[in-house]
Amino acid sequence: MEMIVASAIGVLTAGGIYLILRLRAFPVILGMALLSYAVNVFLFATGRLAVNAPPILNKYADVSYSDPLPQALVLTAIVISFGMTAVLVMIALGAYLEADSDEINMTDEDDAQDTEGQGV
Amino acid sequence: MNDGSILAFIAILPFLGALVPGIMIRAGRNACASFTAVPTVLALILLGTQVPAVMRGEVVSTTIEWLPQLGLSASFFLDGLGLLFAGMILGVGLLIILYARFYLSGDDPMGQFYTYLLLFQGAMLGIVLSDNILLLLIFWELTSLSSFLLIGYWKHLPEGRQGARMALTVTGAGGLAMIGGMLILGNIVGSYNLTDILAQGDVIKASEWYMPALILILIGAFTKSAQFPFHFWLPHAMAAPTPVSAYLHSATMVKAGVFLMARMWPVLAGTDAWFYIVATTGLITMVLGAVIALFKDDLKGLLAFSTVSHLGLLTMLLGFGTKAAAIAAVFHIINHLTFKAALFMTAGIVDHEAHTRDIKRLGGLAKLMPITAIIGTITALSMAGTIPLNGFISKEMMLEEAAHTVWYNNPWIVPVLATLGACFSVAYSFRFIFHVFGGPVRDDYPSTPHDPPFGLYAAPALLTVLVVAIGAMPFLAEPLVTVAANAVTGLDTHPHLKLWHGVTPALWMSVIAFAVGGVLLAVHGKLDAIWLRMPRPEAKAIFDAIMESCVALAKAFAGGTHNGVMSRYLALLVVAAVAVGAHAYFTGGISAPTREILPVPPLVWVGWLSLVVATWLVVSQHRNRFRSLVFISIIGLVISGGFVYLSAPDLALTQISVETVTIMLLLLALYFLPKDTPAESTNGKRLRDAVVAIAGGGAVAALAMAFLTRDVDSISAYHLANSYKGGGGTNVVNVILVDFRGYDTYGEIIVLGIAGLTIFALMDALLRGPAAKRLRDRAFSPDRSRDRHPLMMVVATRAMLPMAVMVGLYIFLRGHNQPGGGFVAGLVISIALLMQYMASGFAWAQLRQRIEYHSMIGWGVIIAGLTGAGAWLAGKPFLTSAYGYLHFPPIEEFEWATAMAFDLGVFLAVLGAVMLMLYSLSRIARFAGETINVTPMDHDPSEAPEDGADEQEQKEGQ
Repeated sequence: MEMIVASAIGVLTAGGIYLILRLRAFPVILGMALLSYAVNVFLFATGRLAVNAPPILNKYADVSYSDPLPQALVLTAIVISFGMTAVLVMIALGAYLEADSDEINMTDEDDAQDTEGQGV
Repeated sequence: MNDGSILAFIAILPFLGALVPGIMIRAGRNACASFTAVPTVLALILLGTQVPAVMRGEVVSTTIEWLPQLGLSASFFLDGLGLLFAGMILGVGLLIILYARFYLSGDDPMGQFYTYLLLFQGAMLGIVLSDNILLLLIFWELTSLSSFLLIGYWKHLPEGRQGARMALTVTGAGGLAMIGGMLILGNIVGSYNLTDILAQGDVIKASEWYMPALILILIGAFTKSAQFPFHFWLPHAMAAPTPVSAYLHSATMVKAGVFLMARMWPVLAGTDAWFYIVATTGLITMVLGAVIALFKDDLKGLLAFSTVSHLGLLTMLLGFGTKAAAIAAVFHIINHLTFKAALFMTAGIVDHEAHTRDIKRLGGLAKLMPITAIIGTITALSMAGTIPLNGFISKEMMLEEAAHTVWYNNPWIVPVLATLGACFSVAYSFRFIFHVFGGPVRDDYPSTPHDPPFGLYAAPALLTVLVVAIGAMPFLAEPLVTVAANAVTGLDTHPHLKLWHGVTPALWMSVIAFAVGGVLLAVHGKLDAIWLRMPRPEAKAIFDAIMESCVALAKAFAGGTHNGVMSRYLALLVVAAVAVGAHAYFTGGISAPTREILPVPPLVWVGWLSLVVATWLVVSQHRNRFRSLVFISIIGLVISGGFVYLSAPDLALTQISVETVTIMLLLLALYFLPKDTPAESTNGKRLRDAVVAIAGGGAVAALAMAFLTRDVDSISAYHLANSYKGGGGTNVVNVILVDFRGYDTYGEIIVLGIAGLTIFALMDALLRGPAAKRLRDRAFSPDRSRDRHPLMMVVATRAMLPMAVMVGLYIFLRGHNQPGGGFVAGLVISIALLMQYMASGFAWAQLRQRIEYHSMIGWGVIIAGLTGAGAWLAGKPFLTSAYGYLHFPPIEEFEWATAMAFDLGVFLAVLGAVMLMLYSLSRIARFAGETINVTPMDHDPSEAPEDGADEQEQKEGQ
């Protein structure tokens, strides 16, 4: 089971890294989403894996529980990563609509535009 | 030692006072100046209360711990040297406040000036009172910064700006060197307390780190005190208003370097290295400054180089390393202050009245402005070292010391050069008197000068009285000089200051100086012509060239590495992270696995396989953006399933609801973005990226595997044990969120709210820029569905809304004990609302949306915050929860907990933020010409089918 989770994290990370190295905004957003999955599962896994041991206290029997702390942290991380994705999307969208291109690399042309009009 | 806590108050007073002038300027310039004087006078009075103790030879000190881990404490102490400097800083500061009130014109923002002045005053006071070298360094840098503001006060003058920048660069760089030196000292002694360091002089001198520390500290002191070859910034700082020059260059800023050398004298002085570096630099600076001063036509330029020369004199005296020289240095610090501050103010008065500071355009002012002339003449004579003024006494002491100083087995070189410096000193002092005040009255002044109002000459007149008084009765200054010299040397000194020492070698040297000085002035015209023809290195040009090459170097470096290619940065980042990790893995040890591997049921294999295939499809099909979104949602589903299987029901619920809103968000965004990604990368780049990606993924997988097979001790046992007892809930994850780590959650909902508002603001800004036009001109694809809001969906979602809300409420209420809670409930309800937007259209749904999402976020954060603050009422820390049980007869026992209210805040904030984000994106769609529906259905079956279609077509045609 451990191997399954570890390899899944690895696959998601590799896919995420490959996508964030693309040249357009949308694949980069997808890549960030994949990386978010990978990071969330990774953090969750730091609590170690357990089956049939949800951290819901059982009043009637003495049973074992999985580690609740990473779960709580990952829960908020999932929500926050949604917020982050949303901001990223908005920025990418804004950049595309303003510049009519969703390339993420800056070219010398952009540099020239940036420095124009700035006092020396 | 008596209680010195008052010292900290003295040091902080100017900083507190700095807030006042900006406000008081509204009450007029007089009020502003008066209120600026208040903190200074107060500090002076408080300092006065400490005088008797210091005069008795006591050291007043106080310590407030600040960062004890770093050895940084707000410690202050006051000994003779500190008293001398603090008195000078505050006393002259007071005179400057008075002088500036009359000097600054109505156009200058006076409030700003006084604020800067007090900041500077506070920084200087801090330097001289600090008992902790780290604290001293902080104040040291503060003087660089605040003097930058003061020197560049006339922002409209390019010279002012350039001079300020140069001063900041030079003194700031020196300050950096000094930080290094001070830290070395602290390391040698093992304490950053100045008193401890001063007691360890022998240890420091014996240390092999003595030389580096000495050189670094001296660089700091020399740059600040404008010693050769760093002297060039001082004349350029003369672009400042004259009150600033008078303050910075007589009593304070440049004296900080001298102060530091005097302060460090017991630990650093007395070695050969100290003598040769400090005394030689001082000697060169003294002679060079005096020579250049003679040929300066700008009054303030002359005084600037004279200041450089006198600072050189002080440095040289401290460099001699003898007790008598130290006494002379201390005494000259006082004397230089009195005459130089007065001279600067005189120059300012001349400039103010005649509208020029060019000596070649002045002359004959004695008859036009007699009071100014008297002040200027007396103080200039003191600068020349004329008997019976105070300048004479300390100069004699200096010459006396120089007369028997042997430099590298040569007994002549120091006395001869010192006398040469004195000659030029006499010459430029006489030039100041004769070429400005002497000679016939001219008729071509830019403005006819006359004596200024009393306010302007009061300050220099007072200083002139001091010049004469100390000269005539040097024993008046004796107690102060004694305690200060004791503090410098750490020994008992018994200075006997008197005017007449009899016919000594020093007197003969003085006589020579006056004779040669007179001759030099007589032939000044010819010398000046030669001087002007001579090639001289222009310090500013050299400085500018160095700065330019530094900037070019920095640009080349930044431009080369920071070239705007984001994918390269990211690739480098990943490679570097993997490399660091690999290094750690191969060099560090790793223990044997301790955990047993869990078995893998077949269903898990299916899930794993679908995740891997889906990831592969997302990556390989990413150019078709639509399709990749479908694949990425598969990954989310598999992960949710994984959370269920691996005992994390809360995560599964959250993941699946977040998944839904994320996909909706991306779909909405994709509506405006190109639908395909063009193929741009070459095969080589793809291969390279694949290698980087696989390396990164492999590393993360290996790391995950490594810790998954090993046990760990965590703090979770505490949470499990106390969740029910302390938090009143059986769902430990939820109790952690709303109770144990409620503060984190509180921060997180705020972040989420900020993200929502950011998106709203971005969208708002976007719709006002060029993007708006582009959006309006968009052509929509012709093959869009005619029936945007199909009957089936409208009816189904409407029926589902109450159910979805019910589910949301249920999840919310059970959250404390069973999987669920505010986060999940917020997401579920947002999905329910989003369905209405999708099914019935934006306008229709928005019309029925009565609460603004902004306020929902706000209320969420407020409710969560107030719940947390409620714990204060019970005398508990923020966010301590309380709980209990209620029993209503028909229903079963019901638990209440304050955590519930907190969770309500979380719920509202999440709901508001998610809805605001999607709402913002939808608003762009409307802006882009999306037609607005007012009815829930495009195709209402109760109407004739053709009519509805026509109507719709008309709308779209608009």
